Amino acid sequence: MHRRDIFVAADNVFSPLGTTTAENFANLKQGITAVRPHHDPNISPQPFFASLFGKDEPLIEKPGDYTRFEQLLIASVKDALLQCDVKPEDPKTILIVSSTKGNISLLETEEFSPTLQERISLNTSARLVAKHFGFINKPVVISNACVSGVMAIVTGMRLLRTGHYEHAVIAGADVISAFILSGFQSFQALSPGVCKPFDKTRDGLNLGEGAGTMILSASACYKDHPRVKGGGISNDANHISGPSRTGKELSYAINQSLKDAELDAGDLDFISAHGTATPYNDEMEANAISLSGLGSVPLNSLKAHYGHTLGAAGMIESIISVRSMEESTILPTIGFNEKGVTKPVSICTSLRQTKVRNVLKTASGFGGCNAAVVFGK
Amino acid sequence: MCQGIIRRNNELVFEGEHTDPASFFLSVYRDLGFSYPKFHKMDNLCKLGWLASEVLLKDDFDLGRYEPEEIGLVLANHNSSLDDDTRYWETAKEAASPSLFVYTLPNIVIGEICIRNNFKGEHVFYIQQDFDADFIANQVNYLIDNNILQACICGWMDVLGAEYKASLFLVEKQEGGQSVPFSAENMNAIFKAI
Repeated sequence: MHRRDIFVAADNVFSPLGTTTAENFANLKQGITAVRPHHDPNISPQPFFASLFGKDEPLIEKPGDYTRFEQLLIASVKDALLQCDVKPEDPKTILIVSSTKGNISLLETEEFSPTLQERISLNTSARLVAKHFGFINKPVVISNACVSGVMAIVTGMRLLRTGHYEHAVIAGADVISAFILSGFQSFQALSPGVCKPFDKTRDGLNLGEGAGTMILSASACYKDHPRVKGGGISNDANHISGPSRTGKELSYAINQSLKDAELDAGDLDFISAHGTATPYNDEMEANAISLSGLGSVPLNSLKAHYGHTLGAAGMIESIISVRSMEESTILPTIGFNEKGVTKPVSICTSLRQTKVRNVLKTASGFGGCNAAVVFGK
Repeated sequence: MCQGIIRRNNELVFEGEHTDPASFFLSVYRDLGFSYPKFHKMDNLCKLGWLASEVLLKDDFDLGRYEPEEIGLVLANHNSSLDDDTRYWETAKEAASPSLFVYTLPNIVIGEICIRNNFKGEHVFYIQQDFDADFIANQVNYLIDNNILQACICGWMDVLGAEYKASLFLVEKQEGGQSVPFSAENMNAIFKAI
């Protein structure tokens, strides 16, 4: 049976490193990080390192009653829509939103009530964003920890493959507030400086805020664009807050994504890893990548540029991977100095100009979830 | 599983007092004779989902027929993990509790069910305004039709304050003795009957 090809029609990264994908990519190429020391008693009694927007920085022209989370989604979706002919009001267009905590910061300032309950709900935010742009179809919302963004892309790809829709506008965002920060602090998961993915002295992650939007289309208008070729998802069935000891399950998700893409390990030219810079995550990922026979494929992590943007991470890092492919440019892993994982992995340490045919994006998160997606030309 | 009552294949499994969710979940756990120490550490959403999945899978589900990667979950709710979020934030004002923070994600219940049963297949947690049986059925059908999964637990589980409701369905590619065709209509009829 012939399967439809799914193309990346347009995208946007809206982060402290820039408001367009091009601006983000230019800053990444220059090795710029948005992770900085902050001391804001409203968010945390202790100083911390994170990638944050300026507190008073307006994200959209007319913020109205939109929360910062919704403003991020709107800003990102707006820019992506401007670059293609996909129409929100088309009955064949679906909006997919991914986030871990959405409007949870409202708990910090408002009294809990049924009204607040609905204002916090991701359903409300998705509906407001859909209404803002005039989407007709009921939006799909995914909240599955740190793999939400990759899952949203895989879900969108499938909804187009089956012909349920022609276009999918997929947007992920998260905002960092005291709720999230205090939780990661309680886990002692935060690095006291800029994080160091896969490094011998890595000591935890940084948090980051941002949004990413990827517009997928099955329309032949975009046939010269990069494609999303396959996806895979698995569960560790091991621990709710610690990754698998072996990496076998992430490896399974990677293999599933390659099978779905009808590709072999040798067809991959680049891996955009999750690389949170926690001791356990990076070790598990290196195990998985090695198990899948990808130890010699160039790999990077963008976490020292953006921090961990949670429900946006899979979106932002996928979009940057696609841009890497288009520009034949593999970005280095800033923060990395000396290999600190036991299995062989090929970590990029300098900017490389090379042909990239296919790229793998991986993610893992709390609840034992793993996800992988493959993009290609 | 709703308002003090648990039904399985239309048969009453448990009827208790309509107390607060935590007390109700504990009475179910005791009455049905479960022994799983991790249960007591869970938040209400995980307790609800764990109990519902245990009832769903008891007796006639032969786990040995499948590889761990062939079984997965497609779940949804309205309130995400808000029940635990509010509890976590109450403690975080004084001293943040990592054991509450870990449950501030809706998909943790998927992790708990996977750990219990060694399910390693594909899974996802959707947030929906109301139970969208058509969408869930489409997602599950994709997974089954494309041989990504051979068996899938799908449905709804939501808890906030005093209210809770879980409605789970076991979908298998291979037809079993008591099985009925999997459809959005069948799911909706069962969901609305409880």
